[in-house]
Amino acid sequence: MLEIKNLHVKLEEEDKQILKGVDLKVGEGEVHAIMGPNGSGKSTTSYVLSGRDGYEVTEGEVLLDGENILELEPEERAAAGLFLAFQYPVEIPGVGNMTFLRTAVNAQRKARGEEELSATDFLKEIRAKAKSLKIDAEMLKRPVNVGFSGGEKKRNEILQMAMLEPKLCILDETDSGLDVDAMKLVSEGVNALRDGKRSFIVITHYQRLLDHIKPDVVHIMSNGRIIKTGGPELALEVENNGYADLLAEVEQA
Amino acid sequence: MKRAELKQRKLDATSARVEGMTLPAGAAWAEALRQDALNRLLAMGLPQGRDEYWRWTRPDTLNADAPKLATVFVAKEAPVFSGIDRLKIVFVDGVFDAEASDALDGENLEIMRLSDALSADIHWVKDAYGVQEKKAQTPVERPFATLNTAFATDGVVIRATGKVAKPVSLIYLHRNETSDAILHHVIRVEEGAELTVLENGPAAARFNKVMEVEVADKAAFHHVRAQGRDHERRAVTHIFGTVGQEALFKSFTMTANGVLTRNEVVLDIQGDDSMAHVAGAALGDGDFHHDDTVFITHDAERCESRQVFKKVLRNGAKGVFQGKILVKAGAQKTDGYQISQGLLLDGDSQFLAKPELEIYADDVACSHGSTVGAIDEDALFYLRSRGVPTAEATDLLTLAFLAEAIEEIEDEAIAEDILHRLEGWLTRRRAG
Repeated sequence: MLEIKNLHVKLEEEDKQILKGVDLKVGEGEVHAIMGPNGSGKSTTSYVLSGRDGYEVTEGEVLLDGENILELEPEERAAAGLFLAFQYPVEIPGVGNMTFLRTAVNAQRKARGEEELSATDFLKEIRAKAKSLKIDAEMLKRPVNVGFSGGEKKRNEILQMAMLEPKLCILDETDSGLDVDAMKLVSEGVNALRDGKRSFIVITHYQRLLDHIKPDVVHIMSNGRIIKTGGPELALEVENNGYADLLAEVEQA
Repeated sequence: MKRAELKQRKLDATSARVEGMTLPAGAAWAEALRQDALNRLLAMGLPQGRDEYWRWTRPDTLNADAPKLATVFVAKEAPVFSGIDRLKIVFVDGVFDAEASDALDGENLEIMRLSDALSADIHWVKDAYGVQEKKAQTPVERPFATLNTAFATDGVVIRATGKVAKPVSLIYLHRNETSDAILHHVIRVEEGAELTVLENGPAAARFNKVMEVEVADKAAFHHVRAQGRDHERRAVTHIFGTVGQEALFKSFTMTANGVLTRNEVVLDIQGDDSMAHVAGAALGDGDFHHDDTVFITHDAERCESRQVFKKVLRNGAKGVFQGKILVKAGAQKTDGYQISQGLLLDGDSQFLAKPELEIYADDVACSHGSTVGAIDEDALFYLRSRGVPTAEATDLLTLAFLAEAIEEIEDEAIAEDILHRLEGWLTRRRAG
């Protein structure tokens, strides 16, 4: 599904290397968690994958189903099946949530050479999916994320994910700013999308999200590299002991 | 050059300009009014680039003896408002076309051609023609409106005596590449009456238009205008309005294209508990110049006024906003709002704004804001990350930027039509 090979990334504006050789392989239907201390490069990885401006790839490649996506525009990556759930979803005054979603769904279908979804079919689908995320009609009518609470914003991200049906979902600290109930709701939304084929990369600081979204593989990132990979037990180890021990272990090796 | 010398040159230029023009004939009272306007014009002079009020918009092509040529634009799609059930009044290059127009009558409605009204002895027209224009010359001179009062060759007078079901639609066709049109409309919405006036089309190569509107107590006036797409046209327009007690005045203007547009709106809120809203959405590409100059006076208690002006500018287009709210002493509990915003789609375009508040009452809430900026990069990336291509995402954000102005149109079908035109303009630009 996704293969990141020796990815080196620096900031465009200043001479600062953020990623220093990231290697990662996510298979079909797998859920990978990336954990790590602040500033380790987790969010940068998600931005670089989705094609945000401001970063320069100096080495390496990212293959999605064998295709190097680093050459593609963000919208082309989306149409190819990549989805990033933002840590801080953007507010867009003046654009209705529903209009936004329909435009996105149809733009992707068009890019893939599929027919656009009719207004009725779209409505039917979005109503059903919104309901399971406890997103009411009012929230669909409001401008994108404007005046949404933290929990509403994250649920709205998951709704977009559900509507766009990507192959690979990247969740960038989706748990930040959520209370226990909201985290449960969001996790249920994500789990509903696990169908054995769709893959996930879950970026988080904390083990608690991984209680709800159970990962197959856990990676620890530090200083622009993945320094350790293991099973779900690795997340527990971090939760109990913090990152310090792990980092020391790597330095010694 | 000395001040007096400058003034003299201006007056000489004005004399030269009007020398070849003749005051239209009419009833004695009308001829006297026109002569008075001409005298006022000769005393103040037509504006020049040095005049403060014309600092950002060059008046010279409006002053010139003859208009510059403007190619006639032929649209592929049906004109704006085509789908709206309305009473059509057509002008071709500034001349009323009876054949193309509907019969000038309707329930609760009196309509007459201006030349007929100024040849007759109609009480309310006598008290209205040029009256607001004259009053609005202080504190700021508006000489093109005075020129209009003196020389207007056509137009309509409209009186609504009750709720008028169909909008009155003034359609300005442009056929002659060098036409020079001066139209003057006088509108009175009587107590408790309701009227919607639509305007569309470029009218002429050069167009000078005045609309004087009196909205009586408990009356409502809605105005929606779409200025023609003929890019080389030039227009200077004035709307003068008085608003009575518990009355409503709403005006919205869409401008797409046009090398020169100066739209002035001067409103006087005279009755308590009234509302006056003026809004505009302008889209310009290349040598587009668009100027909204607005002056709203609050002279009554508990009134609300809004000015919402948005301009989308690209490829060196230029937008101007000069807006003022004047709250007179005693106009307590005034709620005034003014926003002017320029969205620059590239680094070559310009938005110039002069928002002003002048307040003499001590218990008022007035806010104003003026911003200029580019498309929000974060919003753009967010849309693209969801699969929306850059051009489409930019259009979506552009329409979002205009939304606050479009929301000022009360009638949903008309608002939908306007939105559709704005989308069309953006799509065509994208197509190349």
